[in-house]
Amino acid sequence: MSEPLIVASNLVKIYKQRSGRFGFGSTAIRALDDVSVAVKPGSTLAVVGESGSGKSTLARCLLQLQPLDSGEVRFEGRDLAALSGQELRAARRRLQMVFQDPFASLNPRMKVGEIVGEGLLIHKLGNAAERREKVIRMLHNVGLEASDMEKYPHEFSGGQRQRIGIARALVLEPRLVVCDEPVSALDVSIQAQILLLLKKLQREMALSYLFISHDLRVVRHMADEIAVMRHGRVVEQGGVEQIYREPQQEYTRNLLNSIPGQHRLAH
Amino acid sequence: MSDLLRIEGLTIAPRTMPQRLLVNNVSFALEVGKTTCIVGESGSGKSLTALAVMGLLPPALQRQSGSISFQGTELTACSPAQMRALRGKRMGMIFQEPMTSLNPVLNIGYQIGESLSAHLGLSGKALKTRVAALLEQVGIPAERASNYPDELSGGQRQRVMIAMSIACEPSMLIADEPTTALDVTVQAQILALLSELKQRMNMGMLFITHDFGVVADIADDVVVMFRGEVVESGAVADVLGNPSHPYTQALLDCVPDAEGNKTLKPIDYAWLKEAA
Repeated sequence: MSEPLIVASNLVKIYKQRSGRFGFGSTAIRALDDVSVAVKPGSTLAVVGESGSGKSTLARCLLQLQPLDSGEVRFEGRDLAALSGQELRAARRRLQMVFQDPFASLNPRMKVGEIVGEGLLIHKLGNAAERREKVIRMLHNVGLEASDMEKYPHEFSGGQRQRIGIARALVLEPRLVVCDEPVSALDVSIQAQILLLLKKLQREMALSYLFISHDLRVVRHMADEIAVMRHGRVVEQGGVEQIYREPQQEYTRNLLNSIPGQHRLAH
Repeated sequence: MSDLLRIEGLTIAPRTMPQRLLVNNVSFALEVGKTTCIVGESGSGKSLTALAVMGLLPPALQRQSGSISFQGTELTACSPAQMRALRGKRMGMIFQEPMTSLNPVLNIGYQIGESLSAHLGLSGKALKTRVAALLEQVGIPAERASNYPDELSGGQRQRVMIAMSIACEPSMLIADEPTTALDVTVQAQILALLSELKQRMNMGMLFITHDFGVVADIADDVVVMFRGEVVESGAVADVLGNPSHPYTQALLDCVPDAEGNKTLKPIDYAWLKEAA
């Protein structure tokens, strides 16, 4: 097996929450409590758990969007926290993110061409004509048209906006894409389109995904490996087949048992 | 079996655009003590149908035609005052967002008690006892009656909503995506609670959802809606096991399964038009 693309070791992230009378006290919440995960090249690691389990915090900490309290993230063999600002920006080109809410994550005042092309501009990749070319090719890859470049986000449906978000992430040719609940705001029919698109693009561009989701049916379909989180800890991790077949932890069993469609309640 | 609710030819459109039918000629029935699930994508008209039953359509929309008969009463002929007397008493309601459906400045005991004092005239000790019993029934300790909504978790808030909706022992419960905002384990608990209460109180349930897994778990009958129309309806085993309409099949093909054996197939709407 090849070397993992990204390795997170013993991540700890503590949030302080004001508590007590008038908020003078403070309580520490361990959002990440000694979390270690790794993603292999070209594969998908799904992080599952209920709200508050720390899965989104993990995503943000992996991308260095939030400082860690301790622990280390190595991407392509280098410690991300040790990189200079400039080096980190360069590394970020290869570490992209797709967000949950296709309505909130696109700037309503920018045209689609600008949204998708902005990363290329920031990373100074190619001249104007080459950038345009790349944006058009990427839009085609996600099922949109070149003419969509001149439109604004509000002219698109939820599923199409999610395609724009995917194009924006992938135009930089990243190696790892963190997808934070990319389909949970979409209807099932649109959800299926986006899941199939993500799989197609993974094959074509040799992408690795860190796929965050609370939907265990979606995860079963997307993941190669899975990490189950609860209260900031990874309670179980391994190959998806194995975990769905023989979950070792009570909590994982409980989660899998709660997937609707397995227990007839009506009589 | 006798019908608790019967909808015939229900058609709803905006007042300003009467030709744009948001709900088009919808007919189905809900039997006493049974669960009918309405499934469909967003914009299919499932929530509007439920709102029409409750007499809560937004003012900009209008019921153009159709009848809604509930326990022999024609709801479309009821005055707003008559509908108010029915809602909360003979028909209970639960909505998707337990956060926004509760009043943040009133404690939950008071909110559960409101419909009891309004519809049944309970007060004082009798009211308190009944509220305590209702809380216990939905699995919340009675002493939490003095808590405010922000002191409860999402699942507990939805339990409070359920306690409110069943307070007057309605014969029908209308639930619009009541578990969509909840975690899966909490969802499973709430579905089990609803099924148990329904059984015990012999309550009919009109349950709106977009999740076929939930439908398989709780429905007796299913109504599939697409762009304002009922494309298929029938017993749950028939509709899910052997769908007769291409849209139902296409929608089922979009749902990933827990075993990972299924190949997902997104809906091809152009093909669907020809097939239908």
